[in-house]
Amino acid sequence: MYAFDFVKPSSIDDAVKALSAEGAQPIAGGQTLIPTLKARLNAPETLVSLTGIAELKGVCRDGDVLVIGAGTSHAAVARDAAAEFPGLAALALQIGDPAVRNRGTLGGSIANNDPAACYPAAVLATGATVVTDRREIAADDFFQGMFTTALEEGEIVTSVRFPIPEVSAYAKFAQPASRFALTGVFVAKFAEGVRVAVTGASEDGVFRWTEAEEALVRSFAPEALADLRVPDGGMINDLHGTPAYRAHLVGVMTRRAVKAAS
Amino acid sequence: MPKDIEAQGGIGASTKRREDIRFLTGNGRYTDDINLRGQAYVHFLRSDMAHGRINGLDTAAADAMPGVIRIFTAKDFEGVGGLPCGWQVTDRHGQPMQEPKHPVLAEGKVRHVGDPIAAVVAETPDAARDAAEAIVFDIDELPAVIDMKAALAEGATKVHDDLSSNLCYDWGFVEENREAVNEAFTKAAHVTRLDLVNNRLVANPMEPRVAVGDYDAWNDQSTLYTTSQNPHVIRLLMGAFVLGIPEHKLRVVAPDVGGGFGSKIFHYAEEAFCTFAARQLKRPVKWTSSRAEAFLSDAHGRDHVTTIELALDADHKFAAIRTETRANMGAYLSTFAPSVPTWLHGVLMAGNYTTPLIYVNVKAVFTNTIPVDAYRGAGRPEATFQLERVIDKAARELGVDPVELRRKNFIKPEQFPYQTPVAVVYDTGNYHATMDKLLEISDHAGFAARAETSKANGKLRGFGIAHYIEACGIAPSNLVGQLGARAGLYESATVRVNATGSISVYTGSHSHGQGHETTFAQVVAEMIGIDAGQVEIHHGDTSNTPMGMGTYGSRSLAVGGSAIVKATNKIIDKAKKIAAHLLEASEADIELKDGKFAVAGTDKSVDWAGVTLAAYVPHNYPLESLEPGLEETAFYDPSNFTYPSGGYGCEVEVDPETGKVEILAFSAADDFGNIVNPMIVDGQVQGGLAQGIGQALLENCTYDENGQLLSASYMDYAMPRADDLPSFRVDHSCVTPCTHNPLGVKGCGEAGAIGSPPAVVNAVIDALQRGGYTHVTHIDMPLTPARVWAAMQK
Ligand SMILES: Cc1cc2nc3c(=O)[nH]c(=O)nc-3n(C[C@H](O)[C@H](O)[C@H](O)COP(=O)(O)OP(=O)(O)OC[C@H]3O[C@@H](n4cnc5c(N)ncnc54)[C@H](O)[C@@H]3O)c2cc1C
Repeated sequence: MYAFDFVKPSSIDDAVKALSAEGAQPIAGGQTLIPTLKARLNAPETLVSLTGIAELKGVCRDGDVLVIGAGTSHAAVARDAAAEFPGLAALALQIGDPAVRNRGTLGGSIANNDPAACYPAAVLATGATVVTDRREIAADDFFQGMFTTALEEGEIVTSVRFPIPEVSAYAKFAQPASRFALTGVFVAKFAEGVRVAVTGASEDGVFRWTEAEEALVRSFAPEALADLRVPDGGMINDLHGTPAYRAHLVGVMTRRAVKAAS
Repeated sequence: MPKDIEAQGGIGASTKRREDIRFLTGNGRYTDDINLRGQAYVHFLRSDMAHGRINGLDTAAADAMPGVIRIFTAKDFEGVGGLPCGWQVTDRHGQPMQEPKHPVLAEGKVRHVGDPIAAVVAETPDAARDAAEAIVFDIDELPAVIDMKAALAEGATKVHDDLSSNLCYDWGFVEENREAVNEAFTKAAHVTRLDLVNNRLVANPMEPRVAVGDYDAWNDQSTLYTTSQNPHVIRLLMGAFVLGIPEHKLRVVAPDVGGGFGSKIFHYAEEAFCTFAARQLKRPVKWTSSRAEAFLSDAHGRDHVTTIELALDADHKFAAIRTETRANMGAYLSTFAPSVPTWLHGVLMAGNYTTPLIYVNVKAVFTNTIPVDAYRGAGRPEATFQLERVIDKAARELGVDPVELRRKNFIKPEQFPYQTPVAVVYDTGNYHATMDKLLEISDHAGFAARAETSKANGKLRGFGIAHYIEACGIAPSNLVGQLGARAGLYESATVRVNATGSISVYTGSHSHGQGHETTFAQVVAEMIGIDAGQVEIHHGDTSNTPMGMGTYGSRSLAVGGSAIVKATNKIIDKAKKIAAHLLEASEADIELKDGKFAVAGTDKSVDWAGVTLAAYVPHNYPLESLEPGLEETAFYDPSNFTYPSGGYGCEVEVDPETGKVEILAFSAADDFGNIVNPMIVDGQVQGGLAQGIGQALLENCTYDENGQLLSASYMDYAMPRADDLPSFRVDHSCVTPCTHNPLGVKGCGEAGAIGSPPAVVNAVIDALQRGGYTHVTHIDMPLTPARVWAAMQK
């Protein structure tokens, strides 16, 4: 690690103010950021901790929407969203290990937008709204490719508003080493339609599989997907899977998610 | 009345490991816990290039950074020896292997990613790291030599300019059999051939390596604290060959060590550096490896590419075996690297079978990768994997039961001692018994019904068998000397009986997870008939233990334990003399039983403490014929290897949609000879199985064509976790005691890692074959979901 200054504001306003300084960066659970600091891949001048801000934490229902504070840990989501939105709670429970789940946060995960992260699939598949200190961003606009989001310099995610689906499920095929998603699919069925989001597979990060969505609107059953396959092109090629394997897994995991949801 | 084994805590008791109390409560004393007054820290600037010519290093800016004490480069090591290789292999033509210099800091060229270029010593670890980043270097990148076949091609770029090629040696064994083996193949009724890769692994002990060098200028005494499996060997190699410090001026301490698996046997540059720099600077110098650095600087394991052929006669008896292997040495020869693909591998190619003719050819190759050396099993897993895979493939080709094919070719119990065609003589074994036991504990008979259940669930179930032999207890010194070892392989022990009867044992073996402090105490306690709590085991410090060879090759109990038995017998002999004097009897009439010396046929006796007190307070003592005191040292040099063996069975389910393999059951029926602590043996086998399954399903050290290590962290290097593993069924009730060591023990530390990879792969192939994927006859390890799925696609 390089040396840095550390501040821990207790309100969103103070955090935003602190982040306007040159070289300032937010830190939430640190589960992604700390390893990059230790490897000296990142050299912020000031770390602005978001962990002391009470208004960033918690899960609460607002009509048909579940509002989750950006600073809510994965473990808290797994526990507190279980009754209202079991598909999301189950996803949170599949992230990392207990230590990671008790430190890592929803906001940190989606701000980082790792192409193999789990949460982006749920945010995109529910058509959630990402709320920041200055605006609201639709999920379809928020994720802009590997490690890239619509967030501006110094902008922080404050909460995510998840429309609660009728049924939903996340099917994750774990990468054997990191156990992030080699391919993960979140399927959400609403009265007005079905949304399918895929993480881990594409070089462009999380994406919606619209052909599958259309097929599932006609029939919400695994068999409806039998003839569908995403093209290999643009799929990630790495030590753990070829594009062909990932494209195949997208189909398998989508069918499994539908089966689990129905 | 049968004695209460558990209560007494002697041989055969599952005594809980006494060392675990300190380990589990965070009170172990590891090398990184050692912090000396005035200590400075070193950070190594490591090459990020696999191969390059060093034109220049400019340390001026770095030198001026705050906290920097001194920056060392290769120049500072002119006149200092390179890191020595401890084993010289002679090639097929009688020529010695090619042996490049292995400098402490890179000289002229960098030869692998992670090769240390410069070392910055500073007041704090961060200051050292900051300054290392400020070193300016001018290195011309050269083409990286990564693939072994390409490395051996005519005109290939050379890793070492002063060698004639990238070939370290071309070894043939048994060279005299070469023609006879070829001829047997022309006459064979059936030949099965298999091309396979034994995947490269990173040892990844829980504790990364650490070294602290210290120098006491007033007494000209150097001390090195290091994470080593064999501190005496480090003292010898580093003192005599690298730094020129005589033994009496050099102390090496390996305190608690958090696992090694072979990777901490070797003498590393960082150890020599810290010792050297401490002398130069007259300050302690400490290096602590990060996990990332461990991936780039610890010796790797395995990395063989092999073709094996098995010739069978019309009756399905094995007629001959022929193998061709390319073995990766990496960029330099690590301490015991040349021995692994040769003498630890070729001599095992007979396995448990009566194959009369065997020829093994190994080409060892230099590449721009991290050095490769012994890793749990070292050579024996590579031998076992090929053999047990090719037998399985042959059974399938011939349409016979793989268990029956093995049984038909097993060496029979009455054939021991058995001279193999590959030099070694197996003293004992009963492979039919371990195979029977395996089939029993794995419920082999119930497999068909279980396979049906899997089918109903859309899964493919398979059962795989492997039967292994290994040569442990390494080894007779005169034999290994003929084979090129530059060291002896005895072990030592000093048994110091204290005045009140407690005992301090000093062993040359080193414990880094094996539980010696418990097991060795059980042995001594049993021999004398006292409570094991009266015995303390000391190891790991060259200043108080006799010259020892350390722990690897499952040798600690077989060789180190035997030295302790020998020394304890000397103690008992002397104690009997003292007892005879005290009891006014003849020494021949003295019997030792349950910690008492008695005169045979009388009720006269003196207890252990009475004798030990007399030895140190010799008022009533035969001083004219016997020295006071009760302390003995013994060295034990084994007359043969020991040959543990066993049958392993793996039951898997393959998910045909994803290729994911789940191990549902794993059974191990081992013959380790006599057992001192059954619980510790269970643990050793379970740990070995976890590592073997890791190799078979998960672990893979991968370079790209430029020599960049792709699997350089746990994000990409998959270590086995508890939920990757089943609850193991471990049995060691089949016992044929070793005939040539006093305890009749064989060694159990590596068996699990040796026998399990072929069992796993055989099980997966079985599952796929049964599931109708008959075109899949082999998949290279690790059998990741992606690889299994790809193999299933036609
Ligand atoms: C061992 C391990 C296993 C893991 N496994 C998984 C897994 O299976 N699936 C998965 O999805 N993830 C996994 N993760 C990642 C984990 O979920 C992280 O917690 C998460 O990605 C980042 O959240 P954090 O709160 O720790 O963020 P931090 O590490 O603190 O920050 C991450 C980034 O987000 C920024 N940031 C943080 N909060 C905000 C905010 N509110 N607004 C704007 N920017 C912000 C930071 O500046 C930083 O750039 C794993 C991590 C580890 C260490």
